[in-house]
Formats: sequence, structure tokens, C-alpha cells
Amino acid sequence: MPMIDVHDLRRTFLIRERRGVLRRTRREVQAVDGITFSVEPGEAVGYIGPNGAGKSTTIKMLTGILVPTSGHLRVADLDPSRRRTELARRIGVVFGQRTGLWWDLPLRDSFELLRRIYRVPTPTYERNLSAYVGLLEIGDLLGQPVRQLSLGQRMRADIVAALLHDPEILYLDEPTIGLDIASKQRLRTFLRELNADRGTTILLTTHDLVDIEQVCRRVMVIDHGRLAFDGDFAALHAAGQATRTVVVDFHDEVPPIDVPGSRVVRVDGVRQWLTVPAGTPTGPVIAALASSHEIADLSIREPTIEDVLPHLYARP
Amino acid sequence: MSASLYAGLASRGFRRYATYRSATLAGIFTNTVFGVIISYTYIALWVERPQLGGYGIAQALTFAWVAQALIMPVGLFGGGIVADYSERVRSGAVATDLQRPAPLLAVRLAEDLGRAAYALLTRGIAPMLVGALLFPLAWPSSVSTWLLFALSITLAVVIGFALRYLLGLLAFWIIDTSGPASMLVVLQIFASGSALPLVTFPGVLRRICELLPFRCLVQVPCDVLLREDTGTGSLPLIGLQLLWAATLLGLGAVLTRAAVRTVVVQGG
Amino acid sequence: MFGAIAGAWVRAGFTYRTSFVVLTSTGMILTFLDFAIILIMFSHLDALGGFTLTQIAALYGLSGFAIGVADLLLGNAEMLGQRVRDGTLDQMLVRPVPALVQVAADRFALRRVGRVLQSGAVLGWGLSAAPIDWTPLRVLVLASALVCGSLIFASLFVLGGAFQVFAGDASEVANAFTYGGNTLTQYPLAIYPVEVVRAVTFIVPLAFVNWYPALYVLGVDDPFDLPAAFQVASPVVAALFVAVAALTWRTALRHYRSTGS
Repeated sequence: MPMIDVHDLRRTFLIRERRGVLRRTRREVQAVDGITFSVEPGEAVGYIGPNGAGKSTTIKMLTGILVPTSGHLRVADLDPSRRRTELARRIGVVFGQRTGLWWDLPLRDSFELLRRIYRVPTPTYERNLSAYVGLLEIGDLLGQPVRQLSLGQRMRADIVAALLHDPEILYLDEPTIGLDIASKQRLRTFLRELNADRGTTILLTTHDLVDIEQVCRRVMVIDHGRLAFDGDFAALHAAGQATRTVVVDFHDEVPPIDVPGSRVVRVDGVRQWLTVPAGTPTGPVIAALASSHEIADLSIREPTIEDVLPHLYARP
Repeated sequence: MSASLYAGLASRGFRRYATYRSATLAGIFTNTVFGVIISYTYIALWVERPQLGGYGIAQALTFAWVAQALIMPVGLFGGGIVADYSERVRSGAVATDLQRPAPLLAVRLAEDLGRAAYALLTRGIAPMLVGALLFPLAWPSSVSTWLLFALSITLAVVIGFALRYLLGLLAFWIIDTSGPASMLVVLQIFASGSALPLVTFPGVLRRICELLPFRCLVQVPCDVLLREDTGTGSLPLIGLQLLWAATLLGLGAVLTRAAVRTVVVQGG
Repeated sequence: MFGAIAGAWVRAGFTYRTSFVVLTSTGMILTFLDFAIILIMFSHLDALGGFTLTQIAALYGLSGFAIGVADLLLGNAEMLGQRVRDGTLDQMLVRPVPALVQVAADRFALRRVGRVLQSGAVLGWGLSAAPIDWTPLRVLVLASALVCGSLIFASLFVLGGAFQVFAGDASEVANAFTYGGNTLTQYPLAIYPVEVVRAVTFIVPLAFVNWYPALYVLGVDDPFDLPAAFQVASPVVAALFVAVAALTWRTALRHYRSTGS
């Protein structure tokens, strides 16, 4: 049974606009326009798309904040809009922009309050608290009020807060915004291990595509309210016409190399850039290069999601 | 330090509050409701005691509605643009305020005048019109009285600003001003005459309140408006307001300099 | 659950510099101002609207106690609009606690108990000094007035909050009914025209907070000759009004979740 089951989900908004001084028009906006997907327990899924694509709206429907206009939606076999409080016990949500903690209270008190709100049995609470506080290294901060924490510290605290009650699903909405590289890296490792060790289903929306690459095995791309892509990275690269780039430095300047299965895209003195379709082994191409001329240096650049996405977004 | 700078600040203060249209309408409603309630309590009092404090019923009702109209412009309940320096002092953001090319006091005053003008035009006049429709109010007939009244209101706004500005400055020294702020609101409501005209206060209490600046916020403008004569008898009252305005603004200027020194010393 | 959240806020409040005692005291002085005004009035009067000072003290105390309790426990429901605007409501909807409990407990301010204490004191003085022919039923009516009055004001706070979901920035309108209602009922309704009395009897049941119960407890005839049954009807009225408020609140939440506001 899927953890998240979505079928032809739609969400329409009525925007009231002022045209000129007196006229007011109403416009219908399809924030989510017929999305279908399902997520099995234990999956780690990335959810990306340009601003205004419908990411936040989808999350709000999944968590029960927003009621869908139409369509089928079940999370943990519950209808989020009707059984909000029941579902709330089984999910954890981390909003990147706002904290779920109490601003003026020491961190420890916030956690205590959440223990009572979620009715976490004391042994479970103690175990989770010490485990997560240790893993995310916020032990020294427990006595400080949340308003004194830095952004990175607060984010880690928010994640601990979201996990104290052993949720089956963890939603993260832009969790790495504003963090420095080191913090981002620690966070990604933590999430990856959380998914691997505890089997927590993770749904991660983000603008930082490295987050997805490192944490998730599956990515969904949403654009203009529709699902433009849903699959793993190999499929993503193929769909996005991703290419690997072989950068070769010859000993002398040579004319553009013609090797079957590759294409020269740039030449600069002794250096040439050749592209090979993603998923194709570069071995034969390199062998052909080496046998044609003397090679001084060589490197291979893998495609990133950034290379791939524009192709997906452009699709109707 | 040009006039156009201050005019610009005033209009900015005006416009900032003008954007809250539904809040303004709600405020007009609230002021009207309170005006009606107070009117009936004053009627009950003045029916039992005609000519109490030298007022007839019509004068008492006029007082009630003018007091309601002045509450927002004069900042009787605190707030306004000046309000809270506590947070800005704590975070250090106040340093930018003090580095502006124009003196902080003058900048804030200009903004507050804009705010007060908007409040007067909306939450001041609208409820008063309702009051005039529902109750028999006493309006002066001479133009000079009206002009002096306008002057008196302006001075009341300035004095109200100065009081709140001084309170705001306290944040430089005691950081958390919520206690003194509450006390100021209590004093302003009570000793301005807005709850009940000072002319009805018994002996000692009345004399104490007449020594305080708060009477200039509501009681004095009402005195100017309600005078039976052609208005020149009000000049001592205007003079009193000028005196308080000058004193409080002067104090504000002196303390602003002291505040700047404090900020520099704290390295903020 | 309300207690847990509110308790956390109380503890947080103690971390601030301004002491709880100072804030509560200045709050008590502020709310006492209304009664100070009444005292000044009575330096010129023996009776207002046919009521003596001690009788008015009872009216004042009942109304103040009721709004004080309501403000303490549910006053923050009035801030629903603000919660929508700053996104906190979404955070609350993600937790397994009813939204009303969270909205009410959020930023719980224990200092509001000042009004309850101050009004209670004035009420106590009024009841002890006024000539009252105490019977068990009168005691019962008094007790029910304290409870039902609080429920009526609490419902007004909840209604005020619910309307903000529909009407946006107009939150001050609610103040006209809550604090305006409190001010209005501090005085005997006899000083108002009968239209006002009908309005606060049949439209917004403020008269059942203190006026009708007080008529019975103080043994005063209704100057408007409305049915004597009103004087003991506070529980029924309060129950109805609470139902109206609860329904409106739920509708407001459903509206928010259907439009994203």
C-alpha cells in the first residue's frame, strides 16, 4: 500500500485583482493541475520546480493545510483534509522559512512541549532526543532560546523537533535555504542516513539540486501545476538529454576530433570538449582519442540536474 | 534640512497609514461605538447635575465626540510611528536611525504629523459627523474660535508626539520600556480628560492634572472650542500648549544627543 | 493541552526583563481607570440611572470579571487574522491539536489575570456593601453569571477571530463589540435608549453578562419591563451563543483551508 497516493489532484485559486481604480476581476489560477503519483513507504523523493510551479500547494494539500479542489489524495491511507489531526501524529513537517519552535523558550522546553503535544512515550522521546541531538550536534544549544540560534542551528533544531514522535513521513520544504556549504552537507548526510536506517519516507522540496542528488533516489519535477517528470536520475538525464563531457588536452593543437558517438562542442588551443550522451560509457571514445593523438590530460564532467531541467520545463 | 524633506516625510507618514483602508474603517466604527456609549453616560450625568463643570449637555456631548476624534491623532493609547525603540536598540538597528542626515527628532515629528493628519481626517471627522447626527452638539459660531481650535489641535498632536518620543528614548537606557509605556497610556487617558472632562474632577485631583502636560492633549483643545466668547480668551490656553510643546521638544532634543552618546559608548 | 502550551508561554514570559508583577500591576491600574471614572462621577451623584454606587460596582465587577476571564483564556482567538498573515496558522494545522486551542494558547499572557482580580475586587466590594437580600437562588444566579458572562465574551473573541478570515484587516471591529461591550455594560442599561437595550439583548447578548442577572440579585425591577425570565436565562443564552461562535469558527477554518487565503 503506498504511503502517499495521489491521483488527478487539482487545486484552483480564485485571484481577485484590481484593474484600474474601480474594476475588480476574478481570475482562476490552476496551481495544481491534475497531478498523479504514488510514493511507497521508505522512499526518498525530491520535488522540484520553478517558483510558483505548485510545490508548496502540493505540500499543503498533503499535510492537510489546504483542501484539494478535486482529485484523490490519501496519505497513510487517510484523507488529509478530513482527518487532519489523526494524520498529524504520523507526519513531521519542516518549513524552511518559518520555525515550528517557540521563539522565546529554551530549545529543551520546545522539545518538551512537543513531546506532550504528540504524546510521545517517554522512552521513545528520550531515545530520539539523544540520538538526533547527537547526530545533528545541537547538544550545547538545548538551554538557549530559539531566537538566539543561527539559521543553521535553528534548522537542525526544527528537524529534531519534526522527528521526535517517529513520524512515518518527513516533509521538508526548502530546508537548506541560507545554510553554508558545510551545514548543507551535514544535513544531506543526516537525511540520507535517516531514510536508510529508519525507513522514514522523505519528501523534499528544494531549489538546491545537489540536495536531491545526495538525498533522494527519485525526483519529481513540477511545472505550471503539472508533473513534467517522475523517475530516477538515469531517466532524468535521458529525458533531459543530458550529456557527459570529456575534456581532453592534446600535446599539440589538432583539428576537431571526429570520434563516432561523440561530438566536439568547443576547441580552445590544445583543449577540446567532447560530449557523449549520458549513460553511454566513455571508454571507447577515450580509447579512440588516445589512439589518434597523444593526450596530455583528460577529465570527464558529469551532467547536473541544472543541465537537464530546462529541457523538462520547456515541455508543454 | 530642507522644508521639502520634511514635507516628504509627512506625506510618507500619511500614505503609510492610508494603505490600511479596512483597518481605518474598522477604527471609525470602533470610535463611533465608543462615542455613542460615552454620550449616554454623559447625558445621564449631566441630567442629574446640569451645568456640571460649567458645561451644558450639548457642551458635554461635544466634548465627548471631540475627545474621541482626538484619541488617534494625539496617540493617546501609545503606538504610532514613534513607538518602540526597544527592539531597534537591542538589535543595534537604531544606529542607522541616528546616522540620517536630518535630526532624528525632526524626522519622527514630520512622520507623526503625517500620520496624525490622516487619523484626524478619517477616524477623527467621520465619527464626529455621526455624533452630530445622533446628538445635539454645540458648535462655536465665530471663525476665530475655529482657527484657534485648529491651532490647538496641532499643538496637541505635537505634544502627544513629544511624550511618546521621550518614552521611546528611554529604550536607550532601560531597553525594555513596556512598563513605562503602560504607565504613560494610563496617565494620558486619565489626565487628558478623555475619559471624563477634567472640569468634573474633584478639587485636589483636578489641580494636579492641570499641572501636567496631558491636559493639553484633549481638555485644552476642547476648552478652546467650547468657549462662549469670540476666542481671544483662549490665548492663554494656546500659550500653555506652546510652553509645553517647547519644553518637551527641547527635552527631546537634549536627550537625543545623550542617546547618541550612549549608543557610541556601547559600540552599537 | 491548552495548559501545556499556555504554561510554556508563562515560563517564557518570566525570561523578560519587565517583571510579571509590574506588567500585571500597570494592567490592573489601566482597567481600574474605568471605575475611577465612575467614582469621580459619584462625587457629584448619589445615583446614576437609578443605581447606587455599590450597585454599579456590582455591574462593573461582573462585566469586568467576565471579559477578564474570557480575554485570559480565549482573547488570542481574536488574533486569527494575524496568524494567517504570518504563516503561524499553517504550522498549527500540522500539529495534532485543534486549531482553536493552539491559537488561544499561543502567546498566552498571564498578566491578563490582573483585570480578573481587579474586577473581582470591585465586585466583591459592591456585593458586600449593597443592600442585597441573599437567597440560595440569588447565589446561584450570581455564580452562573460569572460563568456565562465569561462564555459570552469568549464567544465574542472567537467570532472576532473567525471574521478576520473573511474580512481581513478589519479586526478592530471586534474590539467595538468586546471592549465596547464591556464599557457599555459597566453602566446600568437604564441610561441607554430602549433600542440599545434591545440590541444587546436580542442581537449581541451582552445584557445577559451582567445586567439581567444583576437585576435579580440586586432585587431591582427591570426599567424596561422585559420578561423576568431573562434574569435567569443566562445559561441558555450563553450555550446558544457559544454554539454560534463554535460554528462560525469552524466555517472560518474550512474557508481558510479551501481558499488558502
